[in-house]
Amino acid sequence: MQTFLGLDYNLWWFIVFGAVISGYAILDGFDLGAGSLHLFLNKEQSRRIAMNAIGPIWDGNEVWLVIGGGALFAGFPVAYAAIFSAFYIPFMIFLVGLIFRAVSIEFRSKEPWPWWRKAWDIVYCSASIIISLSLGLMLGNVVEGVPLDSNREFSGDWLSFFNPFAILVAITTLALFMMHGAIFLTMKTENRLFVKLHVLANNFIIFFVVSFVITTLYTLLYIPHLSDFFRSHPLYFLIPLLMTLSIANIPRQVKIGKYRFAFISSAITIALLLIMVALEVFPYLLYSPQRPANSITVYNAASSTRTMKILLIMALIGTPLVGVYTSFVFWTFKGKVKLDEMSY
Amino acid sequence: MDVEILARVQFGFTIGFHYIYPPLSIGLGLILVILEGLYLKTGDKIYEMAVRFWIRIFALIFGIGVATGIIMEFEFGTNWATYSKYVGDIFGSALAAEGIFAFALESGFLGILIFGWNRVGPRIHFLSTIMVFFGSLFSAVWIVVANSWQQTPAGYHIVGEGLNARAEITDFWAMVFNPSSVDRLLHVWIGAILAGAFLVLSVNAWYMLHKKHLEIARPTFKIALTVATIFSLLQLFIGDRSADKVAQYQPAKLAAMEGHYDSSAVADMYLFGYVNKKAETTTGVKIPGGLSFLTHGSFKAPVTGLRAFRPEDRPSQVNSVFQFYHLMVIMGLAMIGLSLFGCWLWWRKKLFDHRWLLWIFAWSVMLPQVANQAGWFTAEMGRQPWVVYGLLRTSDALSKVVTANQILFSLILFTIVYIVLFALFLFLLNRKIQHGPVDYGTKEPIEDGNRRDNPLLEHEQAQ
Repeated sequence: MQTFLGLDYNLWWFIVFGAVISGYAILDGFDLGAGSLHLFLNKEQSRRIAMNAIGPIWDGNEVWLVIGGGALFAGFPVAYAAIFSAFYIPFMIFLVGLIFRAVSIEFRSKEPWPWWRKAWDIVYCSASIIISLSLGLMLGNVVEGVPLDSNREFSGDWLSFFNPFAILVAITTLALFMMHGAIFLTMKTENRLFVKLHVLANNFIIFFVVSFVITTLYTLLYIPHLSDFFRSHPLYFLIPLLMTLSIANIPRQVKIGKYRFAFISSAITIALLLIMVALEVFPYLLYSPQRPANSITVYNAASSTRTMKILLIMALIGTPLVGVYTSFVFWTFKGKVKLDEMSY
Repeated sequence: MDVEILARVQFGFTIGFHYIYPPLSIGLGLILVILEGLYLKTGDKIYEMAVRFWIRIFALIFGIGVATGIIMEFEFGTNWATYSKYVGDIFGSALAAEGIFAFALESGFLGILIFGWNRVGPRIHFLSTIMVFFGSLFSAVWIVVANSWQQTPAGYHIVGEGLNARAEITDFWAMVFNPSSVDRLLHVWIGAILAGAFLVLSVNAWYMLHKKHLEIARPTFKIALTVATIFSLLQLFIGDRSADKVAQYQPAKLAAMEGHYDSSAVADMYLFGYVNKKAETTTGVKIPGGLSFLTHGSFKAPVTGLRAFRPEDRPSQVNSVFQFYHLMVIMGLAMIGLSLFGCWLWWRKKLFDHRWLLWIFAWSVMLPQVANQAGWFTAEMGRQPWVVYGLLRTSDALSKVVTANQILFSLILFTIVYIVLFALFLFLLNRKIQHGPVDYGTKEPIEDGNRRDNPLLEHEQAQ
């Protein structure tokens, strides 16, 4: 097998895919979170400011999902085919959620009527919650594994996706995004709205820590094989350790009013969580607990080495470009939100 | 019902609905670049008001384009799992390139385009407008490359057999520049620019009919008319080149487009007509030997007909391919005729004198939309029964684990959602057009408690 800097291409592409998914979770995470807490804000003006805080950037954040989908399709087509046909129903609901969320942001402030805005606020908030929950639900099932047949295709029942572990992961994801989104909004708001979001951020930190602890306990007690990797590689225990410190740092920074550091901490938390997940599942992309031989791995699901090389070249050219203009856009819209005539 | 039919209907429906929006974004993108460029050059407020108005329309169209486009990327995996495995090496890399090189550019700068007027200088804003336009052009590149590879595969070899067979890239650039990519890309780009130009023509014609915003409507109309004329004429040549490629690489599709069955006979070109699939005959108004001339440069040369292919290798809906193709051509000719007539009146300084002509322009927005849809239906139905021409049949490309009921569920779901979406889109588009290009010229940020932020006051104002 050919290697690049000592690692084979399949592993490289797994790392790239993981990085894209982490980028998506960190970036879209805060705008999904901001959407999920939307109805906690009562005043029309507050809701407009919260929506305009993500206004110029949510679209760019969602592109990471498109890149992630492309990265999986291109690098691991067998996994792409199996995962999306297996998660058919939850995924369709997720997609419809994405449509409604996009148009509710676009439509809400186009008309002045209170009933119109209230209706779109409800659509926006519930779509954000449904998207976050279904992302978590699918992640939970991928981590746990689903039944696969000898053609590496799904052979289970879609109702089994709603199992306790996956539901716990779904709730934890929602809590994580709400915390992340509330912290983001504290950076973008002023006065009474800001005070309100400060309080909300603290509440969502508690929500997240509680659901995270329950999910971890459940995993250790009922799905012990997921921690195999950390039992056999004690050095890597550094990662959960760092993650715990990073979680602990979030309320600390919120308390002293350093919201930017709190936001960075919650972003690091998301990244470390996904790194842990990646270490636990590797080399499986979709594990089949009943028949491990049917599992989809980064080796049996991959494109040709030539394609992997082309993809890596694309990533090497594309990533700095995306980095440059993403930072430029974020820099342009830094600071507190000011509504103007082009606002939503 | 049959899984294959349902999956095809769902794909056709969702992609057809999606394809209303991205072409409009590309075409409007060009108009925005022209208008803003003129504003920077002349400093004329008229252009600033026009560009700000069209940015609002652009934002609405772009939003729905993104939302419906994400569905498409994942529909390959959900409904066409076997296809995804088969072409992942190739199609996947094109999609990945699209995300990283096109969408990221487009969506990033879109924020500045829409919300950045008061945050960046005019030059940076103009740069963002250009970047959004480039991003939308690039996004067409990769998806058309991927689709063209399905029409004229190149730069690959097949690995494995049966269920595990798949295409792998042997030569990336040969895959990208497969025989039909360039011509089809140009064809799609021009179609998209026409969609944008005719939308602008239509809205401004409507303003003139209602004697509104004349000082903005007239210059914008002339700009759009110039764009429409240049590109509708260009499309004639590019479209012909595209058809040449079909003749060369997909003879069954070409034969279906003109309903031509007999390989030893001269092929006619129909203006309109009807194909009887059972009797294998085509009737209608025709130019005898027209297709022979276009294909081989001679009115006497025979052209490969459908009978040269086994029945299971022929497009299954020959008459539909024929009709969609002719619909596209008629729409294209109508765009050329209308824009040339407009230019002639412009030259005679009578462009805005005829109300009936303005009414035609007001409805002309439908021409490129119908042409774009009909063109894609021709391309995709003409490729049947193959999903990858000559390599993979559509009936073999499905997801094995997805049942008809699941597809039916999602089809009903998408139908309801898209009908609601389309109604809302038309409603809001209409409201924006009614509102017109006024009030967007102010540069002062609106303070808290300003009347615009009070929905009740604004409602009164609107009345």
